Amino acid sequence: MNAPTPNIFAATPLARKKQRREQLARAVFFTMALLLVVPLVLIVTYLVVQAWPVLSWEFLTTNPKRGMRAGGIWSALLGTFYLVGFSLLVAAPIGILAAVYLNEYAKDNWFTRIVNLAVINLAAVPSIVHALFGLGAFVIFFGLGKSILAASLTLAIMTMPVIIASTKEALAAVPQSFREACWNVGATRWQTIRHVVLPNSISGILTGVILQVSRAAGETAPIMFTGAVFFKAIEEGNLFAYGLRDQCMALSMHLFTISTQVPDVPHGLPFATAVVLLGTVLFINALAIILRVWLRSRKKW
Amino acid sequence: MIPAPHIEIEGLTVHYGAKPALRGVSFTVQRNEILAIIGPAQSGKTTLLRCLNRTLDHERHARVTGVIKVDNEDIRRTNNVYDLRRRIGMVAPLPVGLPLTIYDNVAFAPRMAGITDRAELEQRVERCLRQAALWDEVKDRLHTLGTKLSGGQQQRLTIARALSHDPEILCLDEFSIAIDPVTTMRIEDVLKELRARMTILLVTNLVQQARRLADRTAFLFNGELVELDATEKIFSETPRDRRTYDYTHGVFG
Ligand SMILES: Nc1ncnc2c1ncn2[C@@H]1O[C@H](COP(=O)(O)OP(=O)(O)OP(=O)(O)O)[C@@H](O)[C@H]1O
Ligand SMILES: [Mg+2]
Repeated sequence: MNAPTPNIFAATPLARKKQRREQLARAVFFTMALLLVVPLVLIVTYLVVQAWPVLSWEFLTTNPKRGMRAGGIWSALLGTFYLVGFSLLVAAPIGILAAVYLNEYAKDNWFTRIVNLAVINLAAVPSIVHALFGLGAFVIFFGLGKSILAASLTLAIMTMPVIIASTKEALAAVPQSFREACWNVGATRWQTIRHVVLPNSISGILTGVILQVSRAAGETAPIMFTGAVFFKAIEEGNLFAYGLRDQCMALSMHLFTISTQVPDVPHGLPFATAVVLLGTVLFINALAIILRVWLRSRKKW
Repeated sequence: MIPAPHIEIEGLTVHYGAKPALRGVSFTVQRNEILAIIGPAQSGKTTLLRCLNRTLDHERHARVTGVIKVDNEDIRRTNNVYDLRRRIGMVAPLPVGLPLTIYDNVAFAPRMAGITDRAELEQRVERCLRQAALWDEVKDRLHTLGTKLSGGQQQRLTIARALSHDPEILCLDEFSIAIDPVTTMRIEDVLKELRARMTILLVTNLVQQARRLADRTAFLFNGELVELDATEKIFSETPRDRRTYDYTHGVFG
């Protein structure tokens, strides 16, 4: 036993190769993450810099003036809140409850499978198609006319399938063994859902819903035919200035209008509008993140 | 006169899809009896227990035929399965702590059954935790998460939960695989006491455990009830069926 014992922790060629691969993979992922973040930061910075001179409290709270070449975005901002708010009020409860049914109650039969398939496909339909559907169904057939109601319902139809899909996903992430443990002691399905399944999936469900808020706020096509107008002046500072059967302005469409349809718009105006739209969406997302962190801190496994 | 059996199973057959898991199993269990059920993996032991509390109903591809009677009532026709499940305590082989506190885990079933009185709940929780040989270890932290307990403690927590709704039948599915021998013995002692009040179905692969506890033992093989006899007879040199001998004496690979 005179030969020196080989160091068993010395790197073998295989280990070194694995390590190099590990570093390479890490580098690739890091680069991709960077590639994602850099343009985002650049865009936001550029927008804010361009918009800065125009942004003010007054910009938010006054109507557009002089053929939209001056003034603020009050009627568009409030319109967006109405549209998103009402569409959510319709889409979230129906979507979540439908998903609970599909994931927790539905038997695996042809009907359920068709519904699931329909949900997936509806989630993939382009928004312009929803717009035409909304026009035909709500504006014309149900006689709602072009109105906040019709536009919100159209947005609801557009977001609902995605809410259903994401809620189902969140519910499916709750371990089946939790449900079985509840059933074993005689809990009904509803008691199981109420006391175990929902409390443990609520953060995932909310995430899905909130993502749809951003989507609804950003879309132009679905509201263009169903309730949004180019220009409408409303009482400034009154949060209840719109009625459900009124037409309204919306940020996304206003941005489209002033950047492509109206000549001689002051340079900063479209940028400021974009910043407000972006800010609204980010604000809602931030709220969602806070809510989620809070809910997750109460999660127990 | 032989008293009426507590559980009566007649021609119980279960298929998962096209695959049979139980093939025409028939037997009876007397009140306050401890019946051990042994058999190799995949022989249908768990499936049998899940038929009894009808949680197999939730399994989408399972098809069940045959008759199961508890107290002469056909439980496959009863329309109140929740009531049925409250009469049966079920302990699964792997512990499933609900994501609740220790206290809430045990109080869950009584609460779902409509008990809201605090004193009554507290008393129940303590009694069940004591029976599951867990009380001394957790009495100072009842309101911390049940899921943070060790594996063996969690298993005892599920035993406490299974006892929390005062079942008249207790099903234990290989309850001791995550529990150390000393604690296992303590729980076995509890089972011996509990039998005065309930009927116990004990799925186990520990020959000694079956011997220590069971009045009779059933040997399931491949979904078929090969033999059901006095425990001593099953584990003796001369069970009625050759396959029983092979299994209990380790002749199967
Ligand atoms: N949920 C299910 N879906 C489909 N097949 C199943 C399901 N549960 C059990 N099986 C099948 O039924 C047969 C019996 O399974 P079961 O779990 O009852 O056996 P077991 O005796 O409890 O086995 P073990 O000792 O491994 O726990 C097995 O072949 C198994 O693959
Ligand atoms: Mg099993």
